[in-house]
Amino acid sequence: MPINQVQPEAVEFDVHTDEMLINMGPQHPSTHGVLRLVLRTDGEVVTEVTPHIGYLHRCAEKIGEHLSPRQFLPYTDRLDYLSAMNMNLGWSLTVEKLLGLKVSEKTRHLRVIMAELGRIASHLVAAGCYGLDLGSFTPFTWTFRDREKILNLFEAACGARLTCSYITVGGVTADLPPGWLSQCEQFLTEFAPVVDELHAVLTSNAVFVRRTAGVGVLPAATAIDYGCTGPVLRGCGVAWDLRRDGDPFYTEMYDGYQFEVIAQTEGRYPQDHPYPPVPAAACLGDSWHRFYVRMLEVVESMELVRQAMAKYAAAAGEVDKPIPLKKKLPQGEVYLETEAPKGQMGFMVKSDGSPIPSRVRIRSSSFCNLSVASELCRGVLVADVPAIIGSLDLVLGEIDR
Amino acid sequence: MAEFLLSISAPAWLAYSVAALIQCALLLAVALGSAAISIWLERKVSARIQDRLGPTRVGGRFGWLQPPADGLKLLCKEDIIPAAADGPLFRLAPYISFCTAFCVFLALPFANNWVALRLNVGVFFILAVSGLEVFGVILGGYASGSKWSLYGAMREAAQVVSYEVPMALCVVVPVLIVGSMDLVEIGNHQAGWFWHWHVFHDPFTFATFWIYMTCAVASTNRAPFDLAEAESELVAGFLTEYSGFRWVVFFMAEYPAMFLVSGLASVLFLGGWNGPIPIASLLHLTPAVHPLAGWIGNLLGMCNFIAKGVLGITCMIWLRWTLPRLRIDQVMTTCLKYCVPLASAMLAGVMLWMYLLPGGVWTQAEQLWSPSTVNAATAVRREQAPGPPRPAEKQAHHEPEPMDVVWTR
Repeated sequence: MPINQVQPEAVEFDVHTDEMLINMGPQHPSTHGVLRLVLRTDGEVVTEVTPHIGYLHRCAEKIGEHLSPRQFLPYTDRLDYLSAMNMNLGWSLTVEKLLGLKVSEKTRHLRVIMAELGRIASHLVAAGCYGLDLGSFTPFTWTFRDREKILNLFEAACGARLTCSYITVGGVTADLPPGWLSQCEQFLTEFAPVVDELHAVLTSNAVFVRRTAGVGVLPAATAIDYGCTGPVLRGCGVAWDLRRDGDPFYTEMYDGYQFEVIAQTEGRYPQDHPYPPVPAAACLGDSWHRFYVRMLEVVESMELVRQAMAKYAAAAGEVDKPIPLKKKLPQGEVYLETEAPKGQMGFMVKSDGSPIPSRVRIRSSSFCNLSVASELCRGVLVADVPAIIGSLDLVLGEIDR
Repeated sequence: MAEFLLSISAPAWLAYSVAALIQCALLLAVALGSAAISIWLERKVSARIQDRLGPTRVGGRFGWLQPPADGLKLLCKEDIIPAAADGPLFRLAPYISFCTAFCVFLALPFANNWVALRLNVGVFFILAVSGLEVFGVILGGYASGSKWSLYGAMREAAQVVSYEVPMALCVVVPVLIVGSMDLVEIGNHQAGWFWHWHVFHDPFTFATFWIYMTCAVASTNRAPFDLAEAESELVAGFLTEYSGFRWVVFFMAEYPAMFLVSGLASVLFLGGWNGPIPIASLLHLTPAVHPLAGWIGNLLGMCNFIAKGVLGITCMIWLRWTLPRLRIDQVMTTCLKYCVPLASAMLAGVMLWMYLLPGGVWTQAEQLWSPSTVNAATAVRREQAPGPPRPAEKQAHHEPEPMDVVWTR
């Protein structure tokens, strides 16, 4: 399906030179890991982009067929390693659905806190690295500074910063330590003004807008055809968020929470927020919108964390302990998708009755989001390739699995 | 210097050689010193912008010795020339960049008459020689045998050559006002209080100054115009295959170039060595009083000049760590669609201004408000300004005596 590229500048180049094939990656500063893109270029104009993946393939799915679900949990940390909490959650929920297990209220709210903090952390990396892709170094250091604070919170909760394995099958590994909620509250208070600063140096920065608005325009139909999800889909104006629209087994985790799906529908974004208006040059589905959706979701997630902390503090009882390591799984097959920061993260578990699943499959959001890259990068300039790839917010850990 | 040696009956060839060597050593010290200070400043300023501390260990609390330490580390690195590279050209390229960056310092005056080579076409010399720097980059990018380097080189060629046009147009404006291409004369023309600086000469020069600064940032390949390096797109652009000492040499060219464009901005628009308040003349630190007094006055002037240069560099650093990078087509659009027409319009505006109201806004105002108390300096300037450019020989008797034999030819 041809995409109508809004690229008035790119069209001006009608001088043709020899075609050149260039490898962008797997060692390249802006391919976010070990993605390899083969660019076919005509001068500065890119005529074709072919992604090559597999440099980080670690047989995660196959390993899942040799370990019990709780033993596999640390491997899910390494799928989308920037939001390990959300990966843990997706896997745990899938196995719990197979087991028919319901966690306690307190555990549910604790999981929401962790999942939304994970979302903030992931979006912060996405925003910072996107600035880096566009040549702006400073926001990167700011976002990583605040991500560190989230990682400190994770460390206080479970001892690990990046590969948490905290949310686990049946519950969480341990309850929060005393004083954790006030630390989290302090983080949210400190972080709120930083969002405005990020809007100032990125979202509403004139150069940033010039580099992203109208670049890599993805029509909603194409996004759906390619299976794009998460902020990439919502950036096209499709209000689809599994926290609201997903499997009931997942959405009931968010029962009683007030939140809106961040997507521009009917010409406006849902919240009445004090954030920068959409620039005139931006059109729905471009890189700017994808970035903006993430920035708004950060604020949304902060609000969700606040709600969850109140509910967690009010909930009675204990948090649930994990299931036994080698608990027998019932026969059957379950597929569950959750709303990870980068899109829909799906796990499939099939069991023949033993403690070890007979089949594990993973549907990763970045993989589908990457598949649209070759459509988006047709006829753009070389400098637009990092701008488009960066706006898709890819993590190779979950693409290659 | 040479005259001094001749006066103690040294042979002419020896006198001139020794003088040239000493001047070269001084300039090299300035060029490398400015590079070291700029690198240190860049690291500290960027660190503060990014909520970091920057270097803190090497050389005491403030990391003063970080640039030499960096240099030493890079010197110790393995010397790599890629197999696909064109060896001799690959080796030659950094030195071309560095030599040109260094050569322009010859004509840059640091204070009244403190210049290694006083040329009556100083402005022209600086523009011409600094324009050669692009050859080093193109050569390096071409000779590296890497596609990314080639991209960097091509971008550099397109960008720097284009930006020389508006930059030259901006530089012509002060030349037009003074009627001379001699940088010392342009600097002395702005003597007195800060409103005598060319940037405040009239609205057109004020606008010209900002256009000049834009072009200056672009011509030194600094962010947001650092397309030749563009680390997120082109890995490191023309520097991709360079490492160790050759890479250092490229940087030794980049940072002096920053100081040079800031210094040139200072001489052309910001009064050069004339501070905002004419302390030297208020304190009678002029050679007319005593040669030593004039020397001290010039030393003050040099401090002024360096302060302005460092301020310019700081602004460039600030810009670099704040803005994202422009795209190549946007860079070219900025140059050809905005900078060139604007600079041309400003040049025409200044011509008109000089024709109708010679002497600038403040000279007019001074004359209007208190014609009786116009000081002598202003009067001299008003006499000079409307006149046609005079040959350097005729103006020689207007100039103050050379302050320091070391810095004159």
